[in-house]
Amino acid sequence: MKKRLRRILLGGILFALSVIFHIENEWLRLAAFLISYIIVGGDVVYKAIRNIFRGNVFDENFLMSIASIGAFFVGEFPEGVAVMLFYQVGELFQDYAVNQSRKSISNLMDIRPDYANVKRGEEIVTLDPDDVKIGDIIVIKAGERIPLDGIVLEGNSMIDTIALTGESVPREVYPGSNILSGCININGLVTAEVTKEYSESTVSKILDLVENASSKKSKSEQFITKFARFYTPIVVIIAAILAIVPPLVIEGATFSDWIYRALSFLVVSCPCALVISIPLSFFGGIGGASKKGILVKGSNYLEALASTEIVVFDKTGTLTKGVFNVQEIHEVGISKEELLEFAVYAESYSSHPISSSLKRFYQEEINNERISGVEEVAGHGVIATVDGKVVMAGNGKLMEKMNIPYNNEEIAGTVVHVAVDNIYGGYILIADEIKEDAAEAIHGLKAADIKQTVMLTGDSRNVGEKVARELGLDRAYTELLPGDKVDKLEEIMKEKSINGKLCFVGDGINDAPVLARADIGIAMGGLGSDAAIEAADIVIMTDEPSKIAAAIKISKKTKIIANQNIIFAIGVKALILALSAMGYASMWAAVFADVGVAVIAILNAFRALNIKNI
Amino acid sequence: MKKSFRLDGLCCGNCASKIEREVGKLDGVTSTTVNFMTTKMVIEGEDEKIPDIIAAAEKIIKKIEPDVVMKKA
Repeated sequence: MKKRLRRILLGGILFALSVIFHIENEWLRLAAFLISYIIVGGDVVYKAIRNIFRGNVFDENFLMSIASIGAFFVGEFPEGVAVMLFYQVGELFQDYAVNQSRKSISNLMDIRPDYANVKRGEEIVTLDPDDVKIGDIIVIKAGERIPLDGIVLEGNSMIDTIALTGESVPREVYPGSNILSGCININGLVTAEVTKEYSESTVSKILDLVENASSKKSKSEQFITKFARFYTPIVVIIAAILAIVPPLVIEGATFSDWIYRALSFLVVSCPCALVISIPLSFFGGIGGASKKGILVKGSNYLEALASTEIVVFDKTGTLTKGVFNVQEIHEVGISKEELLEFAVYAESYSSHPISSSLKRFYQEEINNERISGVEEVAGHGVIATVDGKVVMAGNGKLMEKMNIPYNNEEIAGTVVHVAVDNIYGGYILIADEIKEDAAEAIHGLKAADIKQTVMLTGDSRNVGEKVARELGLDRAYTELLPGDKVDKLEEIMKEKSINGKLCFVGDGINDAPVLARADIGIAMGGLGSDAAIEAADIVIMTDEPSKIAAAIKISKKTKIIANQNIIFAIGVKALILALSAMGYASMWAAVFADVGVAVIAILNAFRALNIKNI
Repeated sequence: MKKSFRLDGLCCGNCASKIEREVGKLDGVTSTTVNFMTTKMVIEGEDEKIPDIIAAAEKIIKKIEPDVVMKKA
């Protein structure tokens, strides 16, 4: 690159001198310009000739050589050199910009582990992660990248997952926890057993996904590729016509004038600006999204996401945590603590999820000696003797069966009613918790002009509608069987406009058919879940639904940038073509329309990578 | 079978799409992608024809972009 720059500078200075000190002798003048031309553009002419022999005629080098040599022939020596000079400077800028964006993209994907410390007997050997097998024991020191997925055998540490999830809060790991390749071990020394080969590990899956995302091309990319195929030949043909026909037909028109105009056409005929900048915009968007922990599996999905009109959510595990916790203790006649204690003790022998939720909330050790005579009433609850008192804990049906008057208003969630010695003591409400950022997620979608937000759930009407109300969702369909979800989704799909898209957001575990049926399937909590990565078009690595709004914002921004580039590049080229056909634009302007536009479009595409304000 | 290559020195977006198109037309190729940004080319084709495909692809690349070196990735 430096060599090229020096050549351009040297040729440029010589060119400037030739222009400033006007040389009277025509031959000396030609020689001066010719020398600077060779210094600046000799390599382009050489490449052009070489490529012709390889059977590759209409490339950039050829077009530029013809245009500039043509300028010499029509007597415009300075123009010939200037065009080449400008072209070379533009190419230099373009290469620089491309290199720069390649660099920032590879930085973005710099999560590839270089080596693994493998324990072989007492020794530790450093191996390529590719050569490590399942069951090998690896050692990860503080500051090192985790090379393969595994299970911690020894050591406690904090793990930085930001490269995979965009989440800056480190995760704690201890013996028994799963660790994922690509994360960084922050402080402790960790020994782990490898559970997946490198090619199957999280890091290679993510890299594969992002690198191959551009193989699924967006509509704008397809349009541009098609456009480029016809654009160059058409412009070249028009140039040929322009050079020959008008001088023969129009009176007073000279060949040199019209050939000059035709040469400008050749300069503009290269489609590079478009061909580079559109895929680069999408690639930038995909790269930027992955930095936020949003994996987009193709440019087409990123593009489609921008026209989302309806977002349909699954409830459990998507908007709610999918973990049942004690939400409320509603005591009658006894204290809250007593009510909880009776309920926990009565339920302590049960293996029902309610029992574990209660125990988790109670936290204290349970003294089994205080309980005697536990009787489970299937579908109702339990009756047990605790501290000599008969405790009944269960649903409303249990209370009715035992003829105990109880609070029977409709409550959303699972309710455990408790009666002690046949006297109603109140109830404990156990429910799934709404995720912290769920409301923000819905709000963000509304702000991003999403027309409808809908929730599908298999849960009861009470629970479903309560969650929908709290989050401000437009609609909720409840009590759906797994099979019903696809039907409902198809029904909702009819409501969108022709070009609008519907997005379904689920956890990817039991809603694969729905994910597949939607225009865009988004799976949550992809980190470490192969099912989610497999089933969806877009994978959110963390559990945060608010990332969906972020993904839509990134897609809209990317699409705007791509459209700007298309309009800008085609517009400038069309304008310059028109102006040069009429004889108003010089070859300088034509060179700008070629490389100048490419550089500006690349710089614009670069913005897609920036996700700081999203 | 899927084979991926690095195209070192790939510096023209139009050439990248030309390479993609030409290699895609080869006998036995089911799909090709050339990613200009990562300079990666992925060829998917019938197993027994892969050696021929690779040789032909190398020729195409030499023709379209003589300065590009095709490396195994």
